[in-house]
Amino acid sequence: MNENILEIKNLKRHYPVSSGLLSLSKTTVKAVNGVSLEIKKGETLGLVGESGCGKSTLARLLTGLEKADHGSINFKGHKLNEWTATERSTMLQMVFQDPYSSLNPRQRIGSIISESMRIHKSGSKTEIQRRVEELLVQVGLRPEHHKRYPHEFSGGQRQRVAIARAIAMNPDLIICDEPVSALDVSVQAQVLNLLKSIQKEFGMSYVFISHDLSVVSHISDHVAVMYLGQLMEIASAEELYRNPLHPYTQILLDAVPVPDPDMQGEDVIIDGDMPSPISPPSGCPFHPRCPKAMDICSQTQPKLKETVSGHKVACHLY
Amino acid sequence: MTAPKLKIKNLTTSFATPGGIIKAVDNASLDLGQGETLAVVGESGCGKTVLSLSVMGLIPDPPGRITAGQVIYRDQDLVQLSEQEMQKIRGNSLSMVFQEPMTSLNPVFKIGGQIGETLRLHKGMGKQQAAEAAVEALKLVGIPNPQKRLENFPHELSGGMRQRVMIAMALVCSPEILIADEPTTALDVTIQSQILRLLDNLKHKMNGSLMLITHDLGVVARVATRVAVMYAGQIVESAPISDIFKEPLHPYTQGLLNSVPRLGCRMELNPIPGNVPALLNLPKGCRFNPRCSHAFDLCREQEPQLIDRGGRQIRCWLHR
Ligand SMILES: Nc1ncnc2c1ncn2[C@@H]1O[C@H](COP(=O)(O)OP(=O)(O)OP(=O)(O)O)[C@@H](O)[C@H]1O
Ligand code: SF4
Ligand SMILES: [Mg+2]
Repeated sequence: MNENILEIKNLKRHYPVSSGLLSLSKTTVKAVNGVSLEIKKGETLGLVGESGCGKSTLARLLTGLEKADHGSINFKGHKLNEWTATERSTMLQMVFQDPYSSLNPRQRIGSIISESMRIHKSGSKTEIQRRVEELLVQVGLRPEHHKRYPHEFSGGQRQRVAIARAIAMNPDLIICDEPVSALDVSVQAQVLNLLKSIQKEFGMSYVFISHDLSVVSHISDHVAVMYLGQLMEIASAEELYRNPLHPYTQILLDAVPVPDPDMQGEDVIIDGDMPSPISPPSGCPFHPRCPKAMDICSQTQPKLKETVSGHKVACHLY
Repeated sequence: MTAPKLKIKNLTTSFATPGGIIKAVDNASLDLGQGETLAVVGESGCGKTVLSLSVMGLIPDPPGRITAGQVIYRDQDLVQLSEQEMQKIRGNSLSMVFQEPMTSLNPVFKIGGQIGETLRLHKGMGKQQAAEAAVEALKLVGIPNPQKRLENFPHELSGGMRQRVMIAMALVCSPEILIADEPTTALDVTIQSQILRLLDNLKHKMNGSLMLITHDLGVVARVATRVAVMYAGQIVESAPISDIFKEPLHPYTQGLLNSVPRLGCRMELNPIPGNVPALLNLPKGCRFNPRCSHAFDLCREQEPQLIDRGGRQIRCWLHR
């Protein structure tokens, strides 16, 4: 059996906010509100959801950049906070959305990529230099690019640099938060292929976060659908596409514009916006927009249950 | 076939930049027919927004200027019109939804006032009448409690609501032609569906034509009747929707279609190698030749022209 590299249980992160100008009462934004997940070694878990659903907060919790209020994160058999920051940085890396702000503009590419190798003294100067050049080639850049600065590269090339930095220490897990969202389609496809081929070669796991279901279903082994801080459904990418169970997933799949004029869905459209995570609806967070909502949906929160093997859904219909 | 509503002919729009003069739109020709939804697609910087601003007469001068070509609408060339004449057309029979809602909605004025302003300007309505028409417009774009919304400031609305207000503003004078520049790019997919359906319904209701600017081929497939593909400032191909998706002729169009991940398909993507060239540093010959797997000697020497071919247009030496 494939072992889990990361397990999270009932993770919560609530941010305090003051509600209204004159009110002194404090409420909270329930950004992540009870999420449980596991990620297997060498696999990609896709995390999809609309803006404000808590994806990026979850990413920051997973990387240890931010602390959860509740719940546990187990990474390679230990609590995440039992690993020191230095240990963590060799095993767990990140790639962010914005290839412009995530690289220090005053640092040369070579020094950006070699930073963690230098911190961990993972070799002599020439060994590190050789490794930098090797990494540059692996991500589709040229060895002599190490002398350049980030502004000399296009968005796609910068994302390649960020990937080279992330894989430098052979991490076990890379958290990718919207890594291709800022890129044009032709470049996006190049970076997706690169992420896939690197995983094939080195066997690390990815958490791949995106609002784009086509991209997520393309790159992921398993896909988790998030709504208002909670998971609605998890299944293998194929299963989720063929047999979506949650009404929200069904609507999301239907809303994705497919680049084929003959394959336009029935165009099921839900009205309204996502409610505020400050005062999420009672019961199932999706019930005010759900075409199939029943009485119980506004009263009791459905639990994430396994229906068929490996397919979990949080919905009273099941 | 009826005469096109709008005819763009050999349009070139140039900008003075620190590095030199660039042609952000270079020799573009396009027709927008009655009832059509014409999608203009292409990657960032290919000139989609500049093309739409050129049609609207909104190119900031300096640094920009339409340096050649015509935009024919109702037997007149919009390029030759004075700003004053253009103002009468803009927002009235020719209207635009801009790429960034917050830059075109004025943050310090209430929604109602902003919609009313357009109506007073173009239709000479009084305050009361304009307010009533504004409520109707908000109702039309599906905003609940329109009366109450008139009193809101732009920042008090969600992204989807703001986009609806933008569309309402563009539509209050029942324009014949609406240009929508990436109207759904900043929105979540479920909201995007709502807005796309709305635009399509309104087009039918007003018996108008829609020019939709987008980089998303999925959006194109959903709503367009015709497509124009732009690359580095030029239109490289245009055709009816089914032709573009079933039988794309230009290697760039083919490459774009091979680059999009498709729902439920995990096959490896086949992206176009390399990057879009800078407009200041264009390759000789066909602008796509360094990335094109079909390129031959002629492609590296001479620039292909946009030619008509059985209801389609194509700019590629493979199709002479
Ligand atoms: N005011 C300006 N001054 C100088 N150059 C400009 C100006 N406006 C646009 N350009 C240039 O014209 C080219 C085309 O830009 P345009 O905004 O039309 O692209 P686009 O296709 O709309 O891209 P996107 O998909 O990112 O919106 C770009 O190279 C851009 O830098
Ligand atoms: S003209 Fe030549 S280089 Fe350009 S797209 Fe056609 S085949 Fe490719
Ligand atoms: Mg634009």
